[in-house]
Amino acid sequence: MKRALVFVLLACLAWLASAKEATPLADDPVVEQRLIAISQDMRCLVCQNESLAGSRADLAEDLRRELRELIRQGRSDEEIKTFMVSRYGDFVLYRPPLKPTTWLLWIGPFILLVSAIAALLIYVRGRRNEQAPAELSDQEHERARALLREGEEA
Amino acid sequence: MKLRYLVPLILFAALTAFLAVGLSRDPHEVPSPLVGKPAPAFDLPQVATPGERFSPASMKGRVWLLNVWASWCTACREEHPLLMEFSKTHAVPLIGLNYKDQPADALKLLARAGNPYQLSALDLDGRVGIDWGVYGVPETFLIDKNGVIRHKQIGPITEEALRETILPLIEKLNKS
Repeated sequence: MKRALVFVLLACLAWLASAKEATPLADDPVVEQRLIAISQDMRCLVCQNESLAGSRADLAEDLRRELRELIRQGRSDEEIKTFMVSRYGDFVLYRPPLKPTTWLLWIGPFILLVSAIAALLIYVRGRRNEQAPAELSDQEHERARALLREGEEA
Repeated sequence: MKLRYLVPLILFAALTAFLAVGLSRDPHEVPSPLVGKPAPAFDLPQVATPGERFSPASMKGRVWLLNVWASWCTACREEHPLLMEFSKTHAVPLIGLNYKDQPADALKLLARAGNPYQLSALDLDGRVGIDWGVYGVPETFLIDKNGVIRHKQIGPITEEALRETILPLIEKLNKS
């Protein structure tokens, strides 16, 4: 029994050792976790459709190194965001801030939605008015009858 | 009644206009928030003479250009002849920021292709580059007499950019 326990403990230790080797970046898992949380919402400047967390570009690696240092210094998320924005602009943020230059970006889709709904309502209402059943005049009744008769004779 | 048939056409025209504008813009050109702000300070050794250092503060009172380059950067070779020509005019001092390069490689390149720079500062780990918001080499900054960044050229300087933007701006800044 004792032997088994020692074996299990040793196995755990071995697992720990190998885990450490497999992730050389994460020398401090807490820092790394915050780094990932922050950099996931940031754009890599080189490969613009990748997040800073996922990019393998040299610059992304350098920036992660800088951010890691800021995190270790105990900077807040807001300060780290400011660090990035002051260098690369709002473009680095996947969630751009709400300000005059981005109003259209934030409100635009809602304007489109509202105007589309308005257009639809106007269209539907217009059709409802048009659909009043058309009354045939006596003259038209006469013509219809004549046409039908022609058809029968042929 | 006729107007109704025009609506899809108008919408299509609007869409086309948006797409045309979108296509004519380069998504790699990210406007720098640093334009109009004081140039970030640094103090770096010089590539050719590692004993000496360079700091932007020493350029106060002069209009100057900072060109970010590296020997591994192919686009830099594109603008190199233009920089050589520019340096001959002595319009303003041209300082190099040698970005994440090996000094030996950098010196080799300058010896072979010519050195347009008054001096080049050595940014080995790219930290200064990050402070200046560099994300793609080459980049060129135009700094005024008060040490404020006035213009940023992203990517190689073209003859057109030099003639139509950079040189007129230099002239204007030199006068003020």
